[in-house]
Amino acid sequence: MSSDVSQLPRLKNGEACSLAAVPRLSFDDFRKCIVAQAVGPVRLASFFGQPRDDGGVRLYAVLADNNEGVLLPVSTDLFDDKYPSLTTDCPQAHNFERELAEQWGLVPEGHPWLKPLRYHPSYRHGHDAWGRLPADRILPAVTDYFRVSGAEIHEVAVGPVHAGVIEPGSFRFQCHGEHVFHLEVQLGYQHRGVERALIGGPNKRTLHYIETLAGDTSIGHATAYCQAVEGLAEVTPSPRAQSIRAIALELERLACHTGDLGALADDVGFLPTANFCGRLRGDFLNATGTICGNRFGRSLVRPGGVTFDITAEMATTLTTRLKAALRDVGGAAQLLWDSLSVRARFENTGAVSSEDAEALGIVGVALRATGIERDVRQNFPTGAYSRAAMPVATWPTGDVFARAYVRWLEIENSGEFVLDQLHTLPSGSCRTEVGSLAADSFVASLAEGWRGPVCHVAITDAAGKFARYKVVDPSFQNWTGLMLALRDQQISDFPLCNKSFNLSYCGHDL
Amino acid sequence: MWSLVIQLLVLLVFPPLLVGLINCTKAVFAGRQGPPLLQPYYELWRLLHKGTVQSTTTTWLFRAGPVVALVTTSLAGLIIPLVQPEVYVSFPGDIILFVYLLALGRFALVLSSLDTGSPFEGMGVAREVTFACLAEPAMFMGLLALVKVSQSLEMVDLLTGKHAATWTVNGAPLLMIISSWFLLMLADSCRIPFDDPNTHLELTMVHEVIILDHSGPMLAMLHVAAAQKLFIPAAMLARLAITRDLGGGWIEGLVFLAVVLAVAVLVGIVESVLARLRMPVVPRVLTAAGVIAAFGLILQVTLP
Repeated sequence: MSSDVSQLPRLKNGEACSLAAVPRLSFDDFRKCIVAQAVGPVRLASFFGQPRDDGGVRLYAVLADNNEGVLLPVSTDLFDDKYPSLTTDCPQAHNFERELAEQWGLVPEGHPWLKPLRYHPSYRHGHDAWGRLPADRILPAVTDYFRVSGAEIHEVAVGPVHAGVIEPGSFRFQCHGEHVFHLEVQLGYQHRGVERALIGGPNKRTLHYIETLAGDTSIGHATAYCQAVEGLAEVTPSPRAQSIRAIALELERLACHTGDLGALADDVGFLPTANFCGRLRGDFLNATGTICGNRFGRSLVRPGGVTFDITAEMATTLTTRLKAALRDVGGAAQLLWDSLSVRARFENTGAVSSEDAEALGIVGVALRATGIERDVRQNFPTGAYSRAAMPVATWPTGDVFARAYVRWLEIENSGEFVLDQLHTLPSGSCRTEVGSLAADSFVASLAEGWRGPVCHVAITDAAGKFARYKVVDPSFQNWTGLMLALRDQQISDFPLCNKSFNLSYCGHDL
Repeated sequence: MWSLVIQLLVLLVFPPLLVGLINCTKAVFAGRQGPPLLQPYYELWRLLHKGTVQSTTTTWLFRAGPVVALVTTSLAGLIIPLVQPEVYVSFPGDIILFVYLLALGRFALVLSSLDTGSPFEGMGVAREVTFACLAEPAMFMGLLALVKVSQSLEMVDLLTGKHAATWTVNGAPLLMIISSWFLLMLADSCRIPFDDPNTHLELTMVHEVIILDHSGPMLAMLHVAAAQKLFIPAAMLARLAITRDLGGGWIEGLVFLAVVLAVAVLVGIVESVLARLRMPVVPRVLTAAGVIAAFGLILQVTLP
């Protein structure tokens, strides 16, 4: 089989296919195929390995074609512990290759910055990309850093323990006075080994792992997971269940975006918006709490549908409360855009060019803030999104202002969408029975979480259990965006840039 | 003797109230309940009952910093006429002593901070010192203009009575000095838009990061000294703003305190409606404050 893309199976979002239907190319063709295809709107959504019985590793890649709205899976068998790196020709593979090196001890030759991502021992006994022995203690962020040398260069290390109650991560700045030349982020402190714990599922624990992959994206991850499981079981949830899922997903987005606008205002010391948004975020969380009893939407989204219905009475209350909250968010946000002192801080701070963002595979809000229109809800619509179109919000400047403003535009769109869905909630049951999963199958599922696309890929074994479950949280790709945004910035603007991305540590570390 | 005791008491006890009032003003603007007005005092009480933690790498410089800072600002406060239009320490040229007492306090604090060897504190110190260099000329320009108004080199004459009758004549330069010094006060006391006293983000801090390693009673001293740095310029502004000769006594005292509190409310309002400046912009704004004061001086000199 050649690297011709027309040969690849074209799967819809959440559509399963038999494992045998996933093309197995020679490594050279595999590499050529990805390098040739993964440009522009065709994105490398996932790239991971699975050990074979003979001790080698099988590589899978999923290309997401945003123009056609199809997912293209491709695989190859690797017989050696090293291979020519894809990153040199396809930079967006860089973190995936670091992950492959760390998990399976595969060395991508020519990778420009091959360092561990999460600091755990190799999953494949006796194969370590850095030649570490099993007895060696591996500690997070104990490694070499990129260094700038010179008489007046100084290094500032921040973290892993930070002020405020946030997750741990280590940041190193190479500075000249207040000027930052380079920022390097080291994570891994939150690594729990979720992907490996999911193998052998689905079982009672699976959904709890999924909902806590990134605690603030519970609905996003649960939706992607359920889509994948439903694809494997060939079940379609009722339109009513799909609408309730979409409502929950948008409420999660509303809450997080509102909280982020407030936090951005707080970082520049602009109190009015900071105070209002802190409260309003709670209103959106409470709306989710009204539906399912949990403010973060835990236990709402389940394979086959949702566990809680929205009654007509509840829909009316939610509509009234959301309208009030959306009006107040509008006021608080308007205050932010109208304040010159805030605009002066947001504009031209931490700009990322659309070329860089695209090349490095930045996704979600951060990508749309560089003017690129890409959104799973529009490009790979499922459920309620294929019935009601969701406009894509973009802003061309790529700076903190753009990331804030895209959030505001998405708040507007999501608010409208939720109110519309509450008004036109389809009738029907909330949950469909889900049978056993198809054996020896492959499924890739995307959902637009509030940070960006959440990608889940599941491979089942002969018994219909997960042989491999791969999760890609948008934070996995976007931490690179933050490092890029800090180039040639003031070190005092780091907290603001960081907040404008607001990435998940545990979503990255898994 | 009594005036000295009263003056010292006011200098040590009153300043935290301004911080409390600023926080209350901010809470009102935000629609929050906010902390109690006396919260800064509770904080001081708490800190005074705590032990201190000191890095083993620090020396006596670290411990001397807070003491020197508190003593120098208190001494500088003695030169300023506070509740009464008279002072205990006064001699021709005391305006120079005033400015450099504050500078000495800053110098001790900076040394104490650098003594920890933390990169954060080094960064904060660099910022603090840069800003202070730019604030000093603005201070002197204003003082010189007032020297011209009052024909005296004593701080007490600069700030009381003598200029009052001249507001109709010297209104423009006085307004310029007041606006310039208001900016200096915000910068010196580390308020928005120059610094954010509430931030927990070390990389953006100026004053807060310098005192990051101080704890317990040492931190309490630094808090009082910081509040004094708000109170002293506010008192100077209040003295410039009180145009009528109130003849001393308790009426004068009450009016003075009311005006000082009004300045604190004004600071609270500024903090409620403005975002922080970007760090590279701060020196430009401080330079602008210097330019305003310089024009005030030129105007004053050229007035008939």
